[in-house]
Amino acid sequence: MKPGWEMVIGLEVHCELKTATKLFCGCPNMFGDEPNTNVCPVCLGLPGSLPVLNQKAVELAMAIGTALDCEIRSSTFHRKNYFYPDQAKDYQISQYDEPINVNGHLDLPDGTQVGIERAHMEEDTGKTSHSGISGRIHGAAYSLVDYNRSGVPLVEIVSAPDMRSSAQARAYATELRAVLVASGASDGKMEEGSMRVDANVSVRRSSDDPFGTRCEIKNLNSVRSLGRAIEFEAERQIVLIESGERVVQQTRHWDEDAGRTVTLRSKEDAYDYRYFLEPDLVPLVPDAEWIGAVADTLGLMPAKRRSRLIELLEDAGGVTDAQVDQVATVVDLGLDELVIAAAAGGVASSLALTRTANEAATDADRARRLDPVSYTALLTMEAGGSLSATQAKAVLADLLVAGGGDPAAIAKAKGFEVMSEDSLTSVIADAVAAHPDEWARYCEGGEKGDKLAGFFTGLVMKATRGQANGKAVAAELHRLRA
Amino acid sequence: MDEPKRLTRAEVAHVAVLARLDLSEEELDLYTEQLAQVLDHAADVASLDLAGVAPTAHALAVTNVLRPDEPTPGVDREEVLAQAPSVEDHRFRVPRILGEAP
Repeated sequence: MKPGWEMVIGLEVHCELKTATKLFCGCPNMFGDEPNTNVCPVCLGLPGSLPVLNQKAVELAMAIGTALDCEIRSSTFHRKNYFYPDQAKDYQISQYDEPINVNGHLDLPDGTQVGIERAHMEEDTGKTSHSGISGRIHGAAYSLVDYNRSGVPLVEIVSAPDMRSSAQARAYATELRAVLVASGASDGKMEEGSMRVDANVSVRRSSDDPFGTRCEIKNLNSVRSLGRAIEFEAERQIVLIESGERVVQQTRHWDEDAGRTVTLRSKEDAYDYRYFLEPDLVPLVPDAEWIGAVADTLGLMPAKRRSRLIELLEDAGGVTDAQVDQVATVVDLGLDELVIAAAAGGVASSLALTRTANEAATDADRARRLDPVSYTALLTMEAGGSLSATQAKAVLADLLVAGGGDPAAIAKAKGFEVMSEDSLTSVIADAVAAHPDEWARYCEGGEKGDKLAGFFTGLVMKATRGQANGKAVAAELHRLRA
Repeated sequence: MDEPKRLTRAEVAHVAVLARLDLSEEELDLYTEQLAQVLDHAADVASLDLAGVAPTAHALAVTNVLRPDEPTPGVDREEVLAQAPSVEDHRFRVPRILGEAP
């Protein structure tokens, strides 16, 4: 960001809800099916059809509101009228002036609190594709429409303009995605379009100035694109202002390949949606009991789950930056319960975290189903020295496939036995004798010399096919040098 | 109480554009007059004293009409597409669209 300038960012996130059926009809809510196979008179907008609200979609919307600490209140639906074939009925049913969730917030890992102005329900549109010479809209001879997605339930989450850098915007999108997944409301797959982000960007010279004129950027298909587009757009606006021009309020399209935003439409062309109350739907009035029942189904949100692990590590003596990253990985993959179970079973929290973030995480689907008792037993064996790290990883691979089991039995079946101290000592002695130059440098110590401990450990591991205990090897090398 | 503003011809022309209706000058005059009469009739409500009446979202005194999240059979694709004026690749083929979705 150019010195002397500040950017102001607000994000609008559309999230498809993980229901079995659409918002107003019983057609399956399924990504990737054959075109126009999940359609009925309601989502095709045929005359005489009537929408009926999906209870599960309402409850997932309330779950999102609860997770974002919103006020959940009575709401109504409106018709948003516009002329475009992605809705067969020429309007989209959405919530307008009375949304279900208002006034919440999302706390970012860096401590920034971003306000949530509203999180309202609406239906998704059908999918249009454009045929013709160029493949792009302007060269298309005609368009093709698939209405499978038409009527899929969405929640649109509108943040306050509380972010001040592209990094914060990326952190917000990442954290919001984690919250949507943790609340069970969405699968959060940006690549499949089940989470879509639009960014409102403006710039100003000082945080005391009023907000500048903003532009809305669409077509952001990844968190990375979001960051790039915001950086480009803020720079574009600064150049305009510094050259004496002004920013025109408009909607802009992010061109990922070209790495720039281009004008889509200006404020003058803004759509006139002629909102009016949807006469076919009655008000939604959730009472405290219903709201409470939904809240009771919610598990812990990612921020709370991260802080639980951090507390475990702090109790054990402290937290490194690398461990903060491991904690984020483990929580993101939903493996934090494994770490907590192992730690509760007496395993050092740092070992439990490392094995979970580095090994269990590579097969997260299986790891989420792994029996924590087996996992704890395995890590206990490793911590106690009866399995080397390499052996423990091999046993873990088998446990993941089986979903659990007795790690001692698996280790025995694999022929993993702890080497006796005598045979280990002789293997180390052989390695030292075969590499006198390296040994001499190791004995000199210092930063370079100490690094050769890894060289000798590697030789020993190779000679023992990974059966030596790494810690015991390190201790023996250290003893020999002294 | 202020006299409600009467519907203008320009407003009718604007709405016609939004609805993609190609109206002649005569039709614009006709519909402006007819729609204004309808709105004038509805505006009679404004002459009532409604100070103590809560806003109403719906004519029915019913809330929370919901259905369970259970799939129901849709319509067969061939039957659906057979109704369309033009079809390609199992999709509805529609005239070229200018601009992107709102």
